[in-house]
Amino acid sequence: MTLTISQSFVDAIVAQSRAEYPDEACGVILGPVGKDSATRLKAMVNSAHSPTFYEFDPKDLLALYREIDDADEEIVVIYHSHTETEAYPSRTDVAYAGEPGAHYVLVSTRKEIAPEIEFRSFRIIDGVITEEAVEITQN
Amino acid sequence: MPLLGDNKHMSIEVRIPTILRPYTKDAKVVAAQGGDLAGVIADLDQNYPGLGERLLDNGALRKFINVYINDEDVRFIGGLTAPVKAGDSVTILPAVAGGQ
Repeated sequence: MTLTISQSFVDAIVAQSRAEYPDEACGVILGPVGKDSATRLKAMVNSAHSPTFYEFDPKDLLALYREIDDADEEIVVIYHSHTETEAYPSRTDVAYAGEPGAHYVLVSTRKEIAPEIEFRSFRIIDGVITEEAVEITQN
Repeated sequence: MPLLGDNKHMSIEVRIPTILRPYTKDAKVVAAQGGDLAGVIADLDQNYPGLGERLLDNGALRKFINVYINDEDVRFIGGLTAPVKAGDSVTILPAVAGGQ
């Protein structure tokens, strides 16, 4: 399995993660149903406003699903940042992972690796984490 | 909008998220009956065995799941005792959350 994602989305996710530091940043990339094609990035508010937790506001979540249903889109990528730990799903991430079809992208902006960042993608299905390759396209 | 006088013949529409569709034979929307959310969940579990346990833990709504009646998050309108009437739409969504 591979996540194919444009450089502009990678840049936007990294910029958002830095801008919202020390809180965790989060969002989704949407695409047409059934295509596994990440075409529209939507940053979401971390309603937990926390360096160790993120959560889409339940009202925003409902609005998001209504919006994508109407547009025949689905959630292709769910991303969030880790501010102090590596870009690997935590136990909390796995417990909450409710979209078996999504790529779970984690970005780490932890100080030890600055100015570098980690950008990794995973499938999380029935509690099992599988890392996948990330292919970045130039558009 | 429900038609006047037709309410008793209408059921409640329940929208099922992808992760729970294995219980509903991949149906995205199913019909249910019940006077409150607990009743709707009991009815769902009767028709789609196992679904109830994915929504409830020790008789309370699981924290990983968000449930809405029409546009309202049930946490703010009584949780399992939130009233539901024919023609209402119940939406179940997995919470999107996590942390390090």
